Amino acid sequence: MSANAVPSGNTLAVSRRRKRSLANSKWPVLILFLPPALLLFTVLVILPMGEAAWYSFYNWNGYGSPTQWVGWRNYQLIFRNSAFTQALINNGLIVLASLCVQVPLALWLATMISSRIKGALFFRLIFFLPYVLADVAAGMIWRFVYDGDFGLVAGISHFIGVEPPFWLADRDAAMYAILGVVVWKYFGFHMMLFIAGLQAIDKSVLEAADIDGATGFQKFRLVTLPLLGSTVRLSVFFAVVGSLQLFDMIMPLTGGGPSNSTQTMVTFLYNFGVTRMQVGFGSAVGVVLFVICVTLAFSYKRVFMRND
Amino acid sequence: MTDILTAQPIDAASAPTSGQRIRAGTQVYMYVSLIVVAAIVVVPLISTALGGFKTLGELRGNPFGLPTEWQWSNYTDIIISKRYWLQMSNSLIIALLTVFLTLTFGAMAAFCFAHIRFFGTDYLVNYFLIGLMFPAATAILPLYIRIRDLGLVDTYWGVVLPQVAFGMGMSIMLFRNYFRNLPSELFDAAFVDGCGYMRFFWHITLPLSRPIIATVGIISFVGSWNSYIVPLIMLNSESRYPWPLGIMIYRGEFSTEWQLVLAFITLTILPTIIAFFLAQKHIIAGLTAGAVKS
Repeated sequence: MSANAVPSGNTLAVSRRRKRSLANSKWPVLILFLPPALLLFTVLVILPMGEAAWYSFYNWNGYGSPTQWVGWRNYQLIFRNSAFTQALINNGLIVLASLCVQVPLALWLATMISSRIKGALFFRLIFFLPYVLADVAAGMIWRFVYDGDFGLVAGISHFIGVEPPFWLADRDAAMYAILGVVVWKYFGFHMMLFIAGLQAIDKSVLEAADIDGATGFQKFRLVTLPLLGSTVRLSVFFAVVGSLQLFDMIMPLTGGGPSNSTQTMVTFLYNFGVTRMQVGFGSAVGVVLFVICVTLAFSYKRVFMRND
Repeated sequence: MTDILTAQPIDAASAPTSGQRIRAGTQVYMYVSLIVVAAIVVVPLISTALGGFKTLGELRGNPFGLPTEWQWSNYTDIIISKRYWLQMSNSLIIALLTVFLTLTFGAMAAFCFAHIRFFGTDYLVNYFLIGLMFPAATAILPLYIRIRDLGLVDTYWGVVLPQVAFGMGMSIMLFRNYFRNLPSELFDAAFVDGCGYMRFFWHITLPLSRPIIATVGIISFVGSWNSYIVPLIMLNSESRYPWPLGIMIYRGEFSTEWQLVLAFITLTILPTIIAFFLAQKHIIAGLTAGAVKS
């Protein structure tokens, strides 16, 4: 109710009536507005997750209803599977690449773009471009780049006069080749986070450092970087979440091969659960992935992003 | 952190970190670095587009340079083919339906959470927040079985509905935060004038929410346009495949003819690139701000 209305007896009665009519109009809105989202979300997000937990105790091909109870066996099989261990390692590698390569790269580019440099908007645009492309397209493009017969890597090799490598077919090199594509595709997004973070820094702090005679590098190391802490944590958080979902890009590049050296958690779920229609096993992988996602999201937010 | 991205449009050029002028030497170093990185981004894309104009033999000897003889037929054959347009329209239909439902259902639910107190509001909000924590892949098998039981396998709806459901958390969070930050005087004034919730939603909230509608719309459109795993699981017929699945099929069919695959990739990512350059400001702001806030 508006505060400056003069409360005469008459208007009070009117406002009370209106308030009641407002309370009455509350229910039709709730009944009309909430159920679509609630129903869809419950039926297609929450229930399937619950069902995954249930199916994960069965050996089931998806037809009829699950009857063959196997207890924890699916979970035992997962953790004994060397491809799954490799997938876990690879997911860790992606996070590591983000920490050691992507964050520094994104920060470095963000500081350059945020300085008064002509053409900054143009570079920002170019760097962000890979992020809007589909992962599948990016994967396919890089499959061509890495191709030892027709690709750019082959071209470079011929130019410098060495045998062209076939990185994607080499089980020791394939994952690193994929990490390159991941950085190529996502550094622009992280750079945008840092540009926003840099904008938020109070200019007077930097001016104070100037007056105190700090050099450019000192300013960066002692003022800018500590103030960007929350952005760094956010950036790493997105890298962790993204790593856990990485699938679309792997499929056109290697499909998880050669000999499972480039599996991620989701490609493992797809290759071992979905394509073989092992609903029980695949669901168990989903549950493990779910537990990892939720634990990481909670603990990361609690430990690192507490003050942000 | 969360409000920076929306409080001011990200405008790199007008936000110097320091008031000083940059020295000429530093400037050269910066341009060289930026150009090298830009080249690493752009060269694979341009070589892909150019590769589509070459013959396979030329691709082997000269993957970087301009084609000696432009093979226009690589591209024109795809452009006049039915499959290209079919895949594009499949992707478009799925994306538009996804966007429409994500916006409608999300805004409606968020409106309740923003303005109406009722039993269990907070629990319900947190319930939707769960959806932000794990990807659709986690529950993909039970999801498939559910969609199959609903008789929606191999239909657009079988792709659209899971995408909408998994986008609900993001949509509700973004809309709710935005609705709550609209000035509350509006709300008071409207109700004093006897306006009910419905009319308030339709005539006041929605017209004021264009920026957030654009943000949620862009996020869900880009997500759906690029999506791969959900359609991969839910669709069987090639006639309903969206383009990311189409690329994979095409590559499988023409695995020995890279030049055709390259032409096909170029044509399928062309709409994205054109849209990006036309609406870059909105797309960049939408995708970054949206990700950060949800």
